[in-house]
Amino acid sequence: MSEFAVEVRGLRKAYGPVVAVGGIDLAVRRGEVFALIGPNGAGKTTTLEILEGHRRADAGNVRVLDEDPAQNAVSLKRRIGIVLQSTSIQPYLTVEETIEQFRGYYPAPRLLDELIDIVGLEASRKTLVRRLSGGQQRRLDVAMGLAGDPELLFLDEPTTGFDPAARRGAWEMIRNLKALGKTVLLTTHYMDEAQALADTVSIIRDGLIVAEGTPDELRAGEAETVISFRFAGALADLPPAIATAGSLENGRAVLRTTDPTTDLHELTGWAKQRGEALEGLSVTPASLEDVYLGLAGDVAE
Amino acid sequence: MSARMALRQVGYENRSFWRNPAAAFFTVLLPLIFLVLFNSIFGDSELTIDGRNLDGSTFYVPGIAALAVVSACYTNIGMMVTIARDLGILKRVRGTPMPPWAYIFGRLAHAVLVSLLLVAIVTGVGAAAYGTDVPGNTLPGLALTLVLGALAFCALGLALTAIIPNADAAPAITNATILPLLFISNVFIPLQDPPEWLAFVGDVFPVKHFAAALQTAFHPDTTGAGFEWGDLAVIAAWGVAGTALALRFFSWEPRR
Repeated sequence: MSEFAVEVRGLRKAYGPVVAVGGIDLAVRRGEVFALIGPNGAGKTTTLEILEGHRRADAGNVRVLDEDPAQNAVSLKRRIGIVLQSTSIQPYLTVEETIEQFRGYYPAPRLLDELIDIVGLEASRKTLVRRLSGGQQRRLDVAMGLAGDPELLFLDEPTTGFDPAARRGAWEMIRNLKALGKTVLLTTHYMDEAQALADTVSIIRDGLIVAEGTPDELRAGEAETVISFRFAGALADLPPAIATAGSLENGRAVLRTTDPTTDLHELTGWAKQRGEALEGLSVTPASLEDVYLGLAGDVAE
Repeated sequence: MSARMALRQVGYENRSFWRNPAAAFFTVLLPLIFLVLFNSIFGDSELTIDGRNLDGSTFYVPGIAALAVVSACYTNIGMMVTIARDLGILKRVRGTPMPPWAYIFGRLAHAVLVSLLLVAIVTGVGAAAYGTDVPGNTLPGLALTLVLGALAFCALGLALTAIIPNADAAPAITNATILPLLFISNVFIPLQDPPEWLAFVGDVFPVKHFAAALQTAFHPDTTGAGFEWGDLAVIAAWGVAGTALALRFFSWEPRR
């Protein structure tokens, strides 16, 4: 058994003249949460659908749980769970009936009560699918994907369109899946989502992987720390290091620096001398968002 | 395992169907409304169709039974499966270990069961309200005609989904393909002396043969078991063609 739940080498897929995936490698370790992040049209869904067996690759070597998904084998379908990009559930069954229906498709399904508990739909067990909110339908979608107690779960943009509270709920759910020992391969637009959930992040753009690593590794590549504070004066009033390298943004003085210790020392010395309060002072490491925008940002969403 | 999945699927289709008031209304009530309307207007007239004399209600009960089967199978499958396809429900199912045939079986078996229920209701209402004969000696012919017809129209409905580009177009295309046929096939209007070309067009398609075979089964003068082998052969041929087209062109992926 390979240590990887998913192994992809040189995967290519074109639709006519349009290259959706231009030759990518992926390696998803068993038990990890792996996030494939990129803008719309970057090739995320195409990649996922090839791994799920919904599409055929033009070229490349694809292994999912040591099987070739292109074979469309029942043995593989029993071991994976799929949550597609758009939620698609029969509207006239209840939550319970829908999960029961999908449990019936698998030889060793997870218990109904456990599934309802994992996705937090206890209060809506007897509700018709059509009466659920969008977020609730999405959670039911995940329960359907988990019905067969899969080793590997594909989640295509699980939280797109969620309000912030619903997203936090979904994140909690995905963390629970990891705690259950599942491998999760998800796609997302949101860097904070990848940062919050993923052990490994792969940034895809125009069908190519442009960066990959743990969230910390990716951040380390972008070594800058951002120092900022509220400031109403002119740039020239600031200490020399900030006046030359910094900028004023929305009433804040902002400095991106690779040497935060020295710059902070100079800044606080200057502030103490002048009696400046440095209101709203913040010192933050480069976020994954900055890395992401640097790599994928010039692509129009 | 697969057989059990297929049978359970019939149950889920059945539950979904009856919980959707619009679908249930059009499929179940519309034929009954037509039955009452046509019988009220034309029920007492004496008709001669293809050299056979019959009264209005003996024409309309099997005619509306044919309509019920066509709408439960062809119209319903054509529309609902296309909608399910474009919602991504078919794709969702395709990602599970359930064999594709089990899903299709669930859809078809449900449609056939609804057809049989509707024919029973139409026959009952016809007997109670309009004094039409309930088939006795022709029961074998009636049963074979119904099952063969229902399956053939299901297959044609599945084949139709392949040429429907998206869910929005489903009702229009489904009705456009079937309504004209219902008018030239002795279902709504008795064709007592149709123009030759109209009779010919009707003869090419399966609806007229289906209605004719049912009319034989419901006619009080029919002797024997009521098998209209010529009509059944045409229906079966269309069923085989529909199956072949569906197998070749049916799509599980949404077409957006």
